[in-house]
Amino acid sequence: MELKNSKFERRVLLTRFKLICVVFVLVVLVLVARLFYLQIQNNEHFSTKSLENRIKIEPLVPARGLIFSRNGKLIAGNSTSLSLVAIPEKVADMKASLARLGEKLGLDEAELRRSLVSSKGKSFEKHVLKADLTEKEAAIFAANRFQFPGISVIPNSSRHYPLGSEMAHVLGYVGRIRPEELKHLDKANYRGTRLIGKTGIERSLESLLHGTSGYQRVEVNAEGRVIRVVERQASIPGENIQLTIDFDLQREAFKALSGKVGSVVAIDPNNGEVLVAISNPSFDPNLFVNGITQGQYDALINSKERRLFNRFLRGQYPPGSTIKPIVALGALEAGIKRHDVSVFCPGFFRLTENGRPYRCWAKKGHGNVNMSASIVQSCDVYYYSLAKKFGIQGLHDSLTLFGLGEKTGVNLPGEKAGLVPSADWKRENLGKSWYKGETLISGIGQGFMLATPMQLAHATSILATKGTVKTPHFFRESNHSLLNGTNLGRSDGATVILKNQDSWDLVREAMVQVVHGKSGTARTSKLANGIIFAGKTGTAQVSSVDHELELQPDEIPVHLRDHSLFIGYAPAESPVIAIAVVIENGGSGSRVAAPIAKRVVDKFFIGQSKVLTSRNK
Amino acid sequence: MINVLSILNRRIDLPLAGGLFVLCVLGLVVLFSASGESTGVLVSQMMRIGIGIFVMLSVAQLSPSTILRIGPIFYIAGILLLVAVAIWGDGQGAHRWIDLGYIRFQPSEILKLAVPIVIAAIVSNRSLPPSARGLLLCVLVIFVPVVLIYFQPDLGTAILVTLSGLIIIFLGGVSWRMIRYFLFLLCAFAPIVWYFIRDYQKQRILTLFSPERDPLGTGYHIIQSKIAIGSGGAYGKGWLNGTQSHLEFLPERATDFIFAVYCEEFGFVGVLVLFMAYALVVIRSIVILYDAQDTFSRLLGGAIIFTFASYVFVNIGMVVGLLPVVGVPLPLISYGGTSMVTILGSFGILMSIQTHKKFYANV
Repeated sequence: MELKNSKFERRVLLTRFKLICVVFVLVVLVLVARLFYLQIQNNEHFSTKSLENRIKIEPLVPARGLIFSRNGKLIAGNSTSLSLVAIPEKVADMKASLARLGEKLGLDEAELRRSLVSSKGKSFEKHVLKADLTEKEAAIFAANRFQFPGISVIPNSSRHYPLGSEMAHVLGYVGRIRPEELKHLDKANYRGTRLIGKTGIERSLESLLHGTSGYQRVEVNAEGRVIRVVERQASIPGENIQLTIDFDLQREAFKALSGKVGSVVAIDPNNGEVLVAISNPSFDPNLFVNGITQGQYDALINSKERRLFNRFLRGQYPPGSTIKPIVALGALEAGIKRHDVSVFCPGFFRLTENGRPYRCWAKKGHGNVNMSASIVQSCDVYYYSLAKKFGIQGLHDSLTLFGLGEKTGVNLPGEKAGLVPSADWKRENLGKSWYKGETLISGIGQGFMLATPMQLAHATSILATKGTVKTPHFFRESNHSLLNGTNLGRSDGATVILKNQDSWDLVREAMVQVVHGKSGTARTSKLANGIIFAGKTGTAQVSSVDHELELQPDEIPVHLRDHSLFIGYAPAESPVIAIAVVIENGGSGSRVAAPIAKRVVDKFFIGQSKVLTSRNK
Repeated sequence: MINVLSILNRRIDLPLAGGLFVLCVLGLVVLFSASGESTGVLVSQMMRIGIGIFVMLSVAQLSPSTILRIGPIFYIAGILLLVAVAIWGDGQGAHRWIDLGYIRFQPSEILKLAVPIVIAAIVSNRSLPPSARGLLLCVLVIFVPVVLIYFQPDLGTAILVTLSGLIIIFLGGVSWRMIRYFLFLLCAFAPIVWYFIRDYQKQRILTLFSPERDPLGTGYHIIQSKIAIGSGGAYGKGWLNGTQSHLEFLPERATDFIFAVYCEEFGFVGVLVLFMAYALVVIRSIVILYDAQDTFSRLLGGAIIFTFASYVFVNIGMVVGLLPVVGVPLPLISYGGTSMVTILGSFGILMSIQTHKKFYANV
């Protein structure tokens, strides 16, 4: 080892030492400054980030309100269904998994893929592959679960309609929320909600039935697994609703309509409560709750029966002779006709000496007919002559007083307004002037004139109460506080006031004679128990074919046969039920519609007396 | 009692040992939290500390001249083991480990000590500053193991082994002209180095500049780490209460990113305490070097203490998002195998420098 100058070496070394130390002190300062920047200056920012990391907000979906009939029977309830869900991010091979699922559970692979593609959400969220699994499917899945990482079965709150098709057109149904519907909803309240009312009561009372969504703040780990609940705001369940529908009566009407196409609407005229509302043929609303399959939907849509079509609310029919009592009232009120002045009916009526004949339904004629007889026997010629004098505007004004030609305001979505024509209406909508012949046929409820069964029942209620207008509705008084008065229609409580109150009695007595008189058109439909039934039949022409070709009724093709109608109320003196029956292509009103009305009203009073006797005991 | 301490102080350096002890205890405290309160991890780390202390105390009993003599043997053994690892090595994705049945260790750790010993020996062999021939030899001594380590691949260790050698050359008084040449060459070769480093390493460097561009990929570490540190605030969320670590948002929380756990739970104040503990160790070491009696000791001791400090800087710089994510643990704190033993062993060398100087002086 050569000699070294250790003092020199020490100086060199220590100089370099100091240099490094200076650098290191600078580095320490930089690090401390950086930590100060992160921990002190930006603490708030990073604390928020840390909170966002670990705290997730989960919606707590409120239980949907239950719906009961007026007799307290559950008609829409909640049930738990099992859904097969996938978290795409966690599924290694989606294609193979779906194929295996299809094979193991006997499900349609294409259907699974379709619902996966159509479901919203991000790849780390749950996507529904199949809703409403059967117990067997769920059991098979549970046994083979290890083969399907990222796929699981979860319970869902679902809707159930225990009565199925009997209540379908009143209740409507709920279904999965579509993205375009979501735009109009309170997103905070519908976070997590899967089902929304699509039609019927379910839709019109959606805001009451849905309830208020709650939430819980949960702490999650990096994998998204919930570690604990930090805060919880319980959801408020939707309101339970009691409907005015009398379940026993509804079922009776449903049975009475079986095999027929048409509607029955019954209303308590004193308060507008709808007791029965049937549209037949009907459908099973349960099909829609968890997603109807394409095949089932096509079958419903394409069937000629139009099962989804709500006939009592949207079916518009020529009212035919059922409007005659109202026309008569209008004529009396306007002083057009005196009740005791007769018209001679030879079986037809001509506007001019040599004009075309307007036929009465009774080919041989009714002879001399006064107003009362014109209602009892439903003489058309009487009303041709009346209409000629009254003019279309007079007819229009009389019918409009009874709510025809405008929506009743019943709280169901999609109601149709029917049509009461006028010269103005024709000019505006068809661009043509009014013909006098059109006035004649309007006088017997034909031509342009259209009414829904709901409107007919409503007009009948007004007749039954001598002019008290109660908007038809489906909600029991006990629910009215929930509705804040806003949902109960425009003309509620209004009254049709006549100058001469005797006119009511005259027309109403004639309506009693329709059922109870010797020559009444509905004389075969008297009620049991001797209760007085007032009514009016109607046979509305669908086409003029039968009159032109003089065919026998059963020779006419079904879809061209007359619609069969009946309106009525009972007991005649102080009515508690008003009813309207329309049977499409049913033929004569007295033979088809009237007996159905009788059957329903009979059932109503049997029910009432039961209630009364049990009360007395 | 004072007598016992002074006797002990002749064999080891008590202030240095105290600083190291404080760091190890802080490490165990934060590791318990970072490991999800696992006593298993705690016990295994305590065993490593025990082995490390044993090695440290043993090395402290060797004289610096003995260390100088056995250094080259370790160097050659280390190179051979690196080659062996490259051929038969067993490691997850990287060939770093040697499995001796009950102990697994990384041969690169041996070179962290052996390279500075050999370089210090070469530089101190002739009068300072080192000659061109001496420098060339040094470069070769550094280059061979670094290439082997780099291809394991372990960029972090490769850089730190290089650094430990270069520090000695720098301390040895290499002329500023040479340093300028070196820096010039470094800049010239940087693009070539960029070409040679692996994709994931490039990715880490790119991520440094904008971690948010790939929040779920490479940027995730840095983002979550910054959230953990920043949300700690001035006083921290409290021991065992760090949500970022306990809910597993923070990756590598027991090893490379343990500093983020510490920051989250003990806050800025805690950070200052930790820095003071490190400063105690470093300053005491520098005092030892000032008093050291020969050039070899000063060079080797300087390399050890400045490399140690560099480890701390690189790890913290990485965790706070100032440096790329290279796999460097936080010395004495991170949960980790052989690095604990190596580091404590290297402090054994510093103690040997101190105690043997005293010993001579007393005689």
